[in-house]
Amino acid sequence: MNSVANFAKWEVVIGLETHAQLRTQSKIFSGSSIAFGAAPNAQASAVDIALPGVLPVLNREAVVCAIKFGLAVGGTVAPRSIFARKNYFYPDLPKAYQISQFELPVVVGGSLDVSVGAGAESRLSTAEPLHRREAVLRETPVPPPSKHIRLTRAHLEEDAGKSLHEDFHGKTGIDLNRAGTPLLEIVTEPDMRSTAEAVAYAKALHALVRWIGICDGNMAEGSFRCDANVSVRPFGQAEFGTRREIKNLNSFRFMQQAIDYEIAWQIAEIEDGRKITQATVLFDPDTGETRSMRSKEDAHDYRYFPDPDLLPLDISPEWVAEIGAQMPELPQAMQARFCAQHELSAYDAACLTASPELAAYYENTVREAGIAQAKICANWVMGELSARLSRDETDIAQSPVSPLMLASIVRRIADQTISNKIAKEIFDALWQGEGADADTVIDARGLRQISDVGAIEALVEEVLAANQKSVEEFRAGKEKAFNALVGQAMKATKGKANPQQVTDLLRKKLSA
Amino acid sequence: MKQMHTASLAELSAALHAKQFSAVELAQFFLSRTEKFDGDLNAFISTDADKTLAMARAADERIARGEAGALTGIPVAYKDLFCVDGWRATCGSRILENFVAPYDAHVVAQLNAAGMVTLGKLNMDEFAMGSSNENSYYGAVKNPWDLSRVPGGSSGGTAAVVAARLAPVALGTDTGGSIRQPAAFCGLTGLKPTYGRVSRYGMVAYASSLDQASPMAKSAEDCALLLTAMTGFDARDSTSLQRETEDFSARLNEPLKGLRIGLPREYFADGLDDDVRLAIESALTELRALGAITVEVTLPNAALSLPAYYVIAPAEASSNLSRFDGVRYGYRAPEYKDLNDMYAKTRAQGFGEEVKRRILMGTYVLSHGYYDAFYLKAQKIRRLIANDFRAAFEQCDVIVGPTTPTVAFPLGDKTDDPVQMYLADIYTISSNLAGLPAMSIPCGVGQHDMPVGLQIIGPWFSESKMLNVAHQYQQASDWHTRLPEMAR
Amino acid sequence: MSLSPAELIRIAQLARIDLPSAEIEPTCAQLNHIFGFIEQLRAAPTDGIAPMSHAVELSQRLRDDVVTETNQREKFQAIAPDTEGGLYLVPKVME
Repeated sequence: MNSVANFAKWEVVIGLETHAQLRTQSKIFSGSSIAFGAAPNAQASAVDIALPGVLPVLNREAVVCAIKFGLAVGGTVAPRSIFARKNYFYPDLPKAYQISQFELPVVVGGSLDVSVGAGAESRLSTAEPLHRREAVLRETPVPPPSKHIRLTRAHLEEDAGKSLHEDFHGKTGIDLNRAGTPLLEIVTEPDMRSTAEAVAYAKALHALVRWIGICDGNMAEGSFRCDANVSVRPFGQAEFGTRREIKNLNSFRFMQQAIDYEIAWQIAEIEDGRKITQATVLFDPDTGETRSMRSKEDAHDYRYFPDPDLLPLDISPEWVAEIGAQMPELPQAMQARFCAQHELSAYDAACLTASPELAAYYENTVREAGIAQAKICANWVMGELSARLSRDETDIAQSPVSPLMLASIVRRIADQTISNKIAKEIFDALWQGEGADADTVIDARGLRQISDVGAIEALVEEVLAANQKSVEEFRAGKEKAFNALVGQAMKATKGKANPQQVTDLLRKKLSA
Repeated sequence: MKQMHTASLAELSAALHAKQFSAVELAQFFLSRTEKFDGDLNAFISTDADKTLAMARAADERIARGEAGALTGIPVAYKDLFCVDGWRATCGSRILENFVAPYDAHVVAQLNAAGMVTLGKLNMDEFAMGSSNENSYYGAVKNPWDLSRVPGGSSGGTAAVVAARLAPVALGTDTGGSIRQPAAFCGLTGLKPTYGRVSRYGMVAYASSLDQASPMAKSAEDCALLLTAMTGFDARDSTSLQRETEDFSARLNEPLKGLRIGLPREYFADGLDDDVRLAIESALTELRALGAITVEVTLPNAALSLPAYYVIAPAEASSNLSRFDGVRYGYRAPEYKDLNDMYAKTRAQGFGEEVKRRILMGTYVLSHGYYDAFYLKAQKIRRLIANDFRAAFEQCDVIVGPTTPTVAFPLGDKTDDPVQMYLADIYTISSNLAGLPAMSIPCGVGQHDMPVGLQIIGPWFSESKMLNVAHQYQQASDWHTRLPEMAR
Repeated sequence: MSLSPAELIRIAQLARIDLPSAEIEPTCAQLNHIFGFIEQLRAAPTDGIAPMSHAVELSQRLRDDVVTETNQREKFQAIAPDTEGGLYLVPKVME
């Protein structure tokens, strides 16, 4: 790159193609397992290695996953879609064609609304611990802008195997365990105008496919990977610039780096008077650069045609309705409900719907504690619980504090049996496995809040008598002295006194 | 009973059950005939007497246990594109010269389960591409009726072994006429079932939407017996049809009175040799004598079936044969510069001329800019052809005509002009495009005393009716019992 | 429809079939002879006719999502040209 790119002049256009590996037991066209991590080629059946004479048969569950996705994004589930062969030679593609869908995909259209803004895109991601995300979000009180991203289509296809380029006497090793793994390729319109939008979309999509249970989203294992089509054009120009496709982005960070690099590179090329030529490029995380793939140079004529071994995939409206009835509530609907019924803020609702597990935890807590305590429940789930989970690197499913236990704490806060401070102590105790619920810990440790008016009055009298100096300072106008008096009262009761009552009574006595 | 080599399957089965001879003796008989005559015919690519006799012994034990069926102990040979576990499946190609199939085709598994004894694997046009069996890496197959003539193709070995009585029955495939045309050239009864009747699993694909495994037999009666064992649903083939199992022998003896035979005007037009026409016409006379009535029908798009086929079949083949890349099995060129050079040299050395030609044709018609003009166009014409048949079957129960325009031609006669070779399938291809069942039965002799085949095409799933027609004709005629010199 | 030598070279590359330069002209001529015969397709009226990809007019049957395959690597790789450590080996792939 020779010159410093002048970003202000250029509009960025990005479209994403995402490959989501579907959560099935077996492959899309064979009865092989898709479990990750098997010995090389141990999960490559006759069909997967394309022995002469073998034939594909479609896995029902892969179709179910596609239908769920179509419903989740408001797309059209095609009543008839067609499997086609995409022909090209590559050693990890055993038939030398990939079975995919071309002219008639299983899902057409649909869209995703994603939040874009400083830190806001991480709302729907689980990459960051929730309590940290919450902190970021609290710093952005204005709701981040929402971006409507249209989907072109989603189609079913099979994955290829893996080429291992480590040295086998100068040769490449081929492992076909992954060949035939079911994928849903989800294609957007070129609707994104910045890296941030692209990453926000990818994160929202990642959350959605996990939410509806069609993909485990494990990016390290390649279960969710994106190709980004990137081009730039001068602002105001109607037609798109020539695009380059960045292949196989398997982390959000790499996606951010790769697209940023690619944009800068393209702008610099154009500003230096060179033309962009259409190309497929790879991102190298070590250098932070993208480079052209030699292997894709002549692969542009795929000779798609309907696969004669597979008949048209017909999906009846009844089947779609049946699957629709089993669909979980989608995050956006759930957020709206949390705002309306639980009176949560939009950002609380978004936080709590980061994953189906988290949302279920929260909902179960509210169910036990009562809807009136929803806000307290939300604060605890997003605060203490989330922090503790991330500290201990524990999954919410393994949380030692169950929704039932957390609800027992919330109830005691609400009825003023305990203060927030004591509540945290109880949460700690439950986390350590001490006690079955809040009440057992309260009783065992004697943590019940002192709310008896007589007892508090006696306590306040005692504190006033013993701290004449503070009383005088307060009367002289030092507000800080008041806090010291409250502190003394709390200390004397080991935090069990109802702080509100103590404060009220102290003010009353001092102003008398 | 008759001699082993001329006996029907039913007679062989009865003799096995009556212990007139054992399955081992029967297998040895055919193996020794093969040893004696196959040097001239070149019909087998692989034989393995040990394996064959082991299967025969198992069949004998089964018979002894009283667990035998109608085909137990009957020898069978397979066109070399059926995968038989532990046997080579070369497809007549150098590229699969060393390919030992690690699994059984569905149809092979069915016949194994029935207790049939594998005699060997049969020569064929490479990857089933050809009409004379001259496109084989393993050399041309000769017609048992005249060793200077072709047996037809692509199931040339399949026809030659049954005609020469080196096997009582054999399996071939039919993509554009590959069972019927050799059946006609060799005086046999061969039947291509309705597409989807027989599982394609384990049958190396040429053109997937057209291929069907097909029985080759001495008579309609034998054909029916074998077909019954071959058919049936297979979950591993998405195009396999879920239908009640059918006994194709059940209706053989129904009278033909009132049968409406459609004669397509287009099948009796120019291009049909007079000797063939004459034999067909005398067969029609016989069928009328059996009570059938003939009506003229029309298949207006018949002339387009050949060009449509030569777009669709090569297109599918170009993709089907891409898996032969020297990576996981089969031939790999000994010397190459890099990966792409390895692919290109492996395939250039591994495939023969006709196969390469069709791969190039198929690649071209699917490539960018030509797809609509050729591939899509051919698929539309395919529907027109199917519609023509649908309309014709409103007026008749079966369609009858010649299987081929000529009798078997001399070796080398058409090898220089692919188009002339393609024309040998002019009457057979349209039923593959439509997915219809069709068969050929011997109905006379033409020039040079060579057999002539009568083609019977029926509506979808009408195999029983077609076999009934064929069987009734064979009850009234003896063309199917004529033997070439080496089998007398 | 006429295939030029340049197109033939491209097609042969797509199909991964090595075509020595001496074979280009004759192959071209032969293919064009066949294409001349196929050409008659184009004149046929097919307006409003749906293409027919399959010989049967049925829907795709669906398989239950069950693992039915076991590891047969040894058997399958016994017939492979070049393997090591369970992997199929090919000439170095340049990405």
